[in-house]
Amino acid sequence: MNNKAASSQSIPFWRDIRVLRVVGQVLFLLIIAAGIWWLLNNLQNNLKAYGLKISFGFLKNTAGFPISEGLRYDPTDVNGYAFWVGIVNTIRVAVIGIVLATVIGIVVGVARLSSNWLVKKLAGIYVEVIRNIPLLVQLFFWYFAVMLTALPLVKNSIRLPGLIYLTRRGVYIPWATATESFSTWMFYVIGGLALAIIVYVLRRTQLKRAERPGFPIAWAGMVFILIAFAGWFLTSGNPLALTVPVLKKFNFVGGLWLSASFTALLMGLSVYTGAFIAEIVRAGILAVSKGQTEAAKAVGLKRAQVLRLVVMPQAMRVIIPPLTSQYLNLTKNSSLAILIGYYDLMNVGTTIFNQTGRAVEMILLIMASYLTMSLLTSLLMNYYNRRMKLVER
Amino acid sequence: MNDNQQIVHTVKEQLRPPIERIPVFRWLKENLFSSWLNAILTVVSAALIVTVVFGLLKWALGARWEVIPANLKLLLVGTYPVEYLWRVWTTGYMIAFLLGFSGGSHGGLMRRVSTVVASVSVLFAILPFPWGTRGWLVGIAVAAAVGFGLGHLSKGIRWCKRLEIAAWILSFPISLVLLNGVAGILPVIGRRTTWGFLLNLIGAVVGIGLSFPIGVLLALGRRSELPAIRWVCTAYIEIIRGVPLISLLFMASIMLQLLLPANIRPDLLIRAMMTVTAFSAAYMAENVRGGLQAIPRGQYEAASAVGLNRALITILIILPQALRLVIPAIVGQFISLFMDTTLFGFIAILELLNITRSIMGNIEWRGTIFELYVFIGIVFWILCYSMSYISRRIEKTLGVGER
Repeated sequence: MNNKAASSQSIPFWRDIRVLRVVGQVLFLLIIAAGIWWLLNNLQNNLKAYGLKISFGFLKNTAGFPISEGLRYDPTDVNGYAFWVGIVNTIRVAVIGIVLATVIGIVVGVARLSSNWLVKKLAGIYVEVIRNIPLLVQLFFWYFAVMLTALPLVKNSIRLPGLIYLTRRGVYIPWATATESFSTWMFYVIGGLALAIIVYVLRRTQLKRAERPGFPIAWAGMVFILIAFAGWFLTSGNPLALTVPVLKKFNFVGGLWLSASFTALLMGLSVYTGAFIAEIVRAGILAVSKGQTEAAKAVGLKRAQVLRLVVMPQAMRVIIPPLTSQYLNLTKNSSLAILIGYYDLMNVGTTIFNQTGRAVEMILLIMASYLTMSLLTSLLMNYYNRRMKLVER
Repeated sequence: MNDNQQIVHTVKEQLRPPIERIPVFRWLKENLFSSWLNAILTVVSAALIVTVVFGLLKWALGARWEVIPANLKLLLVGTYPVEYLWRVWTTGYMIAFLLGFSGGSHGGLMRRVSTVVASVSVLFAILPFPWGTRGWLVGIAVAAAVGFGLGHLSKGIRWCKRLEIAAWILSFPISLVLLNGVAGILPVIGRRTTWGFLLNLIGAVVGIGLSFPIGVLLALGRRSELPAIRWVCTAYIEIIRGVPLISLLFMASIMLQLLLPANIRPDLLIRAMMTVTAFSAAYMAENVRGGLQAIPRGQYEAASAVGLNRALITILIILPQALRLVIPAIVGQFISLFMDTTLFGFIAILELLNITRSIMGNIEWRGTIFELYVFIGIVFWILCYSMSYISRRIEKTLGVGER
């Protein structure tokens, strides 16, 4: 005790590690703060020279430029709403792209481990070719070369089975549109979803208590589908009506129109990211040692059970973290939309900047939007990852 | 001792499995038609391959490939003045010489790389280029050969090895000075010209070269025990990684001049390089952090037990091991940065991809869009694929994951 006090007194403060640490950090923060202050000060001076002031009031002004796809929008709407349309467009292409890329990735990843020599090589070539060509080159190829050059004009469009039409203007597919009774049906759907969740939780607890494997998710799905179906018949009139694209004089009417740039962006992003996901899936499956499968078979599990209960949970543990970063990459890469004319948030953001000259505000908004999306995706995936994580002693 | 080794050796020799000769028919049955499902898969993929290959061949034979040789100079070096092209070649010679030197003194992978570079340049010299170009191309092979010979002679001489490392490090600034020029000595090229593919190369090399030290510092900062440093580094890394490069380029092109005082107006090229460096540093930091995390605690403890201080532990013990682990990740980062340089077109810098637009705008070359994109795709593919191949080889030679 005495000794300690003596030693702490004998060390001068400029050699005391505790003091030095605090001083060092304070100095570091001061330097950073000074740098930021310098930049902000410059910003203020420059803005003053241009006669500008930072404010987000321009978001309430009329946008005045057209956005050809996405939410219902009119050039007389305000800038803020136009930006929101852009955000929704980004989310749309990112979500569909993630689903497609995951499907491609799983198929190709499994194909690379196939016992069939030809399939294995084909998958390998796909991965090696796609991964080593810049995404932008691929996007330009899909957009300028495939969509705008190779595809025919509207009047001699290519018809695919299922009433899908490929034209230079984009892709037309059949689509369901909501009718008046849609909202009534939605009540059943939401009710069914709520009930399904309750069933899922109850069944899972029950199975856990009995220490038995089972499919709680299948039970819940059944409940949901049953109620949704019942609701469909109980509602008067069809809640959804199928519309089919029909060629009128100059253009198709009905169905859903996916613009050329949207289609090109979607194809480019999912083909590109799919190649990366394929490698992740392959690595994940290879990471589960053979002994695991053999042991699971030895205790009497069936083939499907081995995959579902033993291999997949362990493979997922390896797959999820890199998969998350691929999903984030896809979302961020969707910003290349601006170079092929799809109205995503980057494109709308720069258009608003060009119209209003509000550089600082628009950059803040764009970055904040991307950061929020990245954060939400990684939170979601981290939650899933935590659930799948190895439970250690 | 020696005898023992001999015995182990002979036992190994004896136990080597016999090389099995599999008849073609059996190979087909095992690998392509082992079951009904497999047979169907084989037929489907064979049909796919045949259609794609035939379609490609049919197109490639009818394509207007003359667009490539006619615009080759524009694509590769943009509008770099013809009278200064020797500066580009000299840079190439320097790199070829260094590659050859390293190949001669170390052998192995570097020897293979320098051989490939030399033979490719000779191969290109056979193609119907103008005679001047052919001369320059042969020069590359000569430079590599001279380097190889000198490197071979210098084997085992200590100061030669140091000189070699110094030359490699110095080659970056020397290349930049040669290519861009210095006021007063070499005429400055700068933004008066468009750089074409040269810009993609320079962008990637500068981006990685500068972002590497910054990335290492950021990674160390993120693992620091001092919360202030840790928080600042983490915030920087996460913010940069959370936004797309294109938004940062947008910021560099319109907002950077607002953040700097009125008398500092960096050139657009410089701003693009700064952006790429800042962007890449965040990813580099995460790669390096992965390596740092893989170093067991015992290394730190052993190093402090022999009396090293924290800085020396990091520099002498931890970083060499950590960086060796992350070589593949760093090469991967280099490849993706190289591919990302195509985004420079967004802020109106004429790199390889953007320059094709001006070619397609030329009435003479209308409709050559496929040819140009396929050419660009092939150029990038060859370079990126060989880089990832080299990185896999380096990994093997360094024995990552074995020791």
